Amino acid sequence: MARVIVDVMLKPEILDPQGQAIARALPRLGFSGVSAVRQGKRFEIELEGPADEAAIADVRKMAETLLANTVIEDYTVRVEA
Amino acid sequence: MSAARVGVVTFPGTLDDQDAARAVRLVGAEAVPLWHGDHDLKGVDAVFLPGGFSYGDYLRCGAISRFAPLMEELIPAARAGLPVLGTCNGFQILCEAHLLPGALTRNASLHYVCRDQRVRIESTATAWTNAFAEGQEITLPVKHGEGRYVASAETLAALEAGGQVVVRYVGGNPNGAMNDIAGIRNEAGNVVGLMPHPEHAVEELVGAPSTDGLGFFTSILKKLVNA
Repeated sequence: MARVIVDVMLKPEILDPQGQAIARALPRLGFSGVSAVRQGKRFEIELEGPADEAAIADVRKMAETLLANTVIEDYTVRVEA
Repeated sequence: MSAARVGVVTFPGTLDDQDAARAVRLVGAEAVPLWHGDHDLKGVDAVFLPGGFSYGDYLRCGAISRFAPLMEELIPAARAGLPVLGTCNGFQILCEAHLLPGALTRNASLHYVCRDQRVRIESTATAWTNAFAEGQEITLPVKHGEGRYVASAETLAALEAGGQVVVRYVGGNPNGAMNDIAGIRNEAGNVVGLMPHPEHAVEELVGAPSTDGLGFFTSILKKLVNA
């Protein structure tokens, strides 16, 4: 049993108006020192078996096929310790 | 000859399929209901992917729909030349299915926009816009929260150079789309996607801003009858 985390973020060059709205809200709430916010998605993939090379390759394929739209998004895959 | 048969796809969460079917019938074609869960295009001559919130827009708009059983039939058929029009959510599905380049993202304003929108027909070399004049300005309703067209600089340049921008916003861009793009076509011109809704602008009776949307339906009829 293992958990693999897939983080999906809009590519840096794609405008993220939601992140911008959050960044604008922070000073109003008394938080200072934030220069920018980007919003993304986190997927927690629970594997039935171990997170071996084949399983990770499978998760990458999932990310490529469904979890991320690689036209506008980047993804990272990591095994949760 | 028998009437041209235009399939209208319904996914769970589709909203505009009845309006689309009605618009198809108004120009004298036969509207054939197609179900997302069937591996069956029922031998139609063209397909309309209507708007709405298919699969609740879960994950990303159109991301789940593109794997529906019907899409497994539609994607190769479209690549082989079957005329396909996607409006709003239908456009999002066509982009997710990679039948059209680029993607539709959250409106720059973060607001859902519902208004009558002036647009210009930039390309008449498609199965769905051949009844218009190039440069013709028309008014169609838009209603979406995620309609901001984005693509890489290279893709945008290729679209512009190849005349693949079909519809462009004029008099104000409702969502921040790159190059004011409201709709595009594939290279062959059989697949077209746009955010505005021609199927909502076909009858004066219902208070639509115009009947300008009819041109999309007369275009496909003309295309099929002359085929």
